[in-house]
Amino acid sequence: MADIFDAYALADAWDEMFERPGEVRTAYEPVLAALQPIEPTELRFRADQMARAFTDRGVTYAFAGEERPWPLDLVPRILDALEWDLIQRGVAQRVRALEAYLADAYGPCRAFEDGVVPWRLLLNSAHFHRAAHGVEPPGGVRIHVAGIDLVRDEAGDFRVLEDNVRVPSGVSYVIENRRAMTRVFPSLFAEQHVVPVDGYAQKLLAALRAAAPGGIGDPRVVVLTPGPSNAAYFEHALLARLMGVQLVEGHDLVCRGNRVWMRTTRGEMPVHVVYRRLDDDFLDPLHFRPDSVIGCPGIMGAALAGNVTLANAVGNGIADDKLLYTYVPDLIRYYLGEEPILPNVESFRPDEPGQLEAVLDQIDQLVIKPVDGAGGQGIVIGPKADRETLERTREAVLADPRGWIAQRPVALSTSPTLAGERMAPRHIDLRPFAVNDGDEVWVLPGGLTRVALQEGNLIVNSSQGGGSKDTWVLAEGPAEQRYEEARGTLPEKAPRQLGPDGGRTVVQEGAQQ
Amino acid sequence: MNDVILSRIAEALTWTGRYVERADATGRILDAYLHRLLEDPWRDEDAACRSLYAILGVDAPDQHCDMQQVLDQLAFDARSTGAIEGALGAARLNARSAREAVSSEMWECLNSTWHALADQRTAARRTGGPYAYLELVRQRAALFFGLADSTMSRDDSWRFVVLGRSLERVDMTVRLLSVRVLDAPHAPDWPTLLSASGADEAYARVHGGFGDSPKVAEFLLLDRDFPRSALHALTTAEECLAALGRPRQDPARRPIGALRTHLEYLDSESLEAGLPTLLRDLQQACMASAEAVAEKFFPYQGPVEWAQEGA
Repeated sequence: MADIFDAYALADAWDEMFERPGEVRTAYEPVLAALQPIEPTELRFRADQMARAFTDRGVTYAFAGEERPWPLDLVPRILDALEWDLIQRGVAQRVRALEAYLADAYGPCRAFEDGVVPWRLLLNSAHFHRAAHGVEPPGGVRIHVAGIDLVRDEAGDFRVLEDNVRVPSGVSYVIENRRAMTRVFPSLFAEQHVVPVDGYAQKLLAALRAAAPGGIGDPRVVVLTPGPSNAAYFEHALLARLMGVQLVEGHDLVCRGNRVWMRTTRGEMPVHVVYRRLDDDFLDPLHFRPDSVIGCPGIMGAALAGNVTLANAVGNGIADDKLLYTYVPDLIRYYLGEEPILPNVESFRPDEPGQLEAVLDQIDQLVIKPVDGAGGQGIVIGPKADRETLERTREAVLADPRGWIAQRPVALSTSPTLAGERMAPRHIDLRPFAVNDGDEVWVLPGGLTRVALQEGNLIVNSSQGGGSKDTWVLAEGPAEQRYEEARGTLPEKAPRQLGPDGGRTVVQEGAQQ
Repeated sequence: MNDVILSRIAEALTWTGRYVERADATGRILDAYLHRLLEDPWRDEDAACRSLYAILGVDAPDQHCDMQQVLDQLAFDARSTGAIEGALGAARLNARSAREAVSSEMWECLNSTWHALADQRTAARRTGGPYAYLELVRQRAALFFGLADSTMSRDDSWRFVVLGRSLERVDMTVRLLSVRVLDAPHAPDWPTLLSASGADEAYARVHGGFGDSPKVAEFLLLDRDFPRSALHALTTAEECLAALGRPRQDPARRPIGALRTHLEYLDSESLEAGLPTLLRDLQQACMASAEAVAEKFFPYQGPVEWAQEGA
C-alpha cells in the first residue's frame, strides 16, 4: 500500500512530527496513526472538500486580487501541555512589558532617562503620535489584542520573531481551522484532548467592555472595518457576529461634541468602545491622512476627550517597531524585574555604532528587515539573495541605518504538509493571540500556525502565498473525567410524544422477546 | 445591546430580500414560459420572448429574438440586477456587507448559491435546458427565506428583509398581470401566468380547474391566504412598517395601507373593470413606499470626500 510518508525526507531543521527519520514524537503518535493508512487520493479528496466548504462559507482571502479559499493543511500542529505553558507565560510576559513600555513612552519616559532605550528610538519612530501623549487609557490598557509571532529554531527552542500590537489579524482563521478540522477528521479529534478555542470572542468582548470610559454602565462596543474590500473583512465580520456587536464602517459613525454616534434606523446611538481594524493613519482624516475616506472624522478628538476608547490604542506602533524588538528582553528585566521566558532571535542594530559595519560585512549571511514592514514585505534573506539584491540592500541600509534591523537566519521548524499527494516538510511559525482586559493577559490556546508552502521557503505570510495549520494544544488529564463532569448537568430524558404515523403501521411479528 | 441596526445594514437587508425575491420570481416566470413554449405545437418564440421582456421591464431587441437570447439577458447576465444572476450577485454583496446582521447560514446559502450558479449555467448551455439552473434558484431562494425565518430573531433586521421581499413580490405579481391586461398580443395564457407565480396548485385547490378565466387575476391580487398575492404581500409589508414604528400617516405606510384597504373590499366586477388602473396604482404605491422607507431609514450619505489640504 502506498504510504503518504514514504518520501518524507527531514530537512535541516527541527521537525515537529519526527525526532529522527521514522521516529515519531509522542504527541504526534495518534495523528500519524490516523493519517498513515489514508490513501493519497482520499487525502486529496478531503483537502478539496475542505477548500470547497471554505469557498461556500466565504472563508477566503485575497491573493493577487483573486478570492481564494483559506489554505488549511490537513496535518495539525500539536503543542503539548508543557510547551504551551511556556509559550503562554512567555507571550503574556511580553505583552505586559510592552504595555509598560507604552505607558512609559507616552508618559514619564523613565526608560529613556535611565538609558535602557535610547531617546532617538522614540523620537524617530514613524508611529509615535504626539496626539497620544499624556492620554491615560481606561484600565491602563493600550494593547487590548496582541499577536506575538514565534518560531522554533534548530534546537527546538521557541523564539520571538516579532510583536504585533497594532491590529494583529488572523484569529478568525484559528476558529475556522478548528471548525473545519473537526469535520474532516471527526474520529481523530474525538480521541485527542485538545483545548477548545471558541472562548476567544467572549474574552475579547469582556476586555473591550472593561476598556470603556469610566461611568458608562452598559457600554456599546462596535467593530470598525474598512469595508468588504479589505483582505481581513471576513475576520472583522466574524468577530462582530460572535460578539454580537455592530460591524461599522467609517461613514456609519458621526462625531459631534467630541462624542461618537452611529447612524441607526432609530436615530443616532452613542458608541463607547471602538475595536478598530484599521491603521492609525486611516482612522481620522482630521488627524492623520486627510485623503483617507475609510475613517471617521473627529473620532480622535472624542478619544482624546476620553469619551470613546479606541482598541488598540493609537500610537502602539512604537512598541512593535522592529528596532524596539531588539530591546524587549531588556524592557522585561527593567519593567517587570523578570528574565525573559521566550528569547529573541539574535539581532543587530545597524544604527548603533560599530554594528553597521558588522552588518554590512556579513550581509550575505543575515536576514535584513525594514523596521516598519508588515506582512513579510521588504525582507531580504542574505544567504538566498543574489548579488544585485544584496548590493541594493547594502546601499539602503547605509542610507538609513535606523530603518533596518538584521537577524541571524533561523531555520524554522518543519511540519509534514500535504504537497501534491505526498507529505513533505514545510517551514512553519506560530502566532498566538493575547487579550488584555487590564487584570489579566489571556492567551488563546494555540494560535495561528502558518506554513510556507513552497519547498525551502521561510516566509509564511498568507499575503505571500502561505498556508495554515490547525494548532492543537493538548490538555492535561483524561478527557473522560471532564466529559463526566459536563454530563452531570444534563436533564432527565423526557419521553417522545408520538403522532399519527400515516397509516404505515408495520406489524413486527415476534419482536417481543 | 444589539437592539438597533445601522441604517446601512437596514438598507442592505432590504435589498437582499428584494433581490432574492426577484431572482426567485424571475426564475419562475422563465420556467413557466419555457415549459409552455416547448409544449405548445403552435409556439411563436419571438412573441413569447417579447412578452417576457415586457414583464421584466427590459427593452426587447429589434430583430427576431429567441429563448437563448432571453436566457442570456434575463438569467445569466451577472451585470444586471434585472437578471437572475445579477440579482443573486447583488443579494450576495448586500448580505456580505451586512454579515454580522444576517445569520451565517443565510450568508452561506447566498454565497454557495453564487458559486453553484456558474456550474449550472455551464450545464444549461451544454444541455440546452436551464431547468436545473432555474430549479437551483428556486430552491435556494426558498432556503434563504426559510433560514431567515428560522435563524433570525423577529427584530427589525428580520423585518427589513421581509419588507424588501414583500415589496418586490407585489411588484413582480403586478408586472406579470400587466402584460396580460395591457399588452394582449404578447400575453401569456392564464395557466402560464398561474404557474409563473407558483400559484397553480393553490389556485386549483381554491377554485378547482386550471385557471382559464380572469378569476386568476382576482386570485393573484385578492386572495387573502396565498403568500404571493398582492393583498397578502401588501398586508405583510404594512405589518413590517407598523412594527418598525411607522405611524399610519407615514409616507412609507400610507400608500400601501390605502391600497391594501381598497383591495380588501374590492368585488369581482369592479376588479375586472378597473384592472389596468389598479395595476398601475399598485406599482406606484410600492415605489412611493420604497422611496419613503429609504428616506426615513437610510439617511446615511456615502463616504465623505475629503479634499487633500494643500495638495
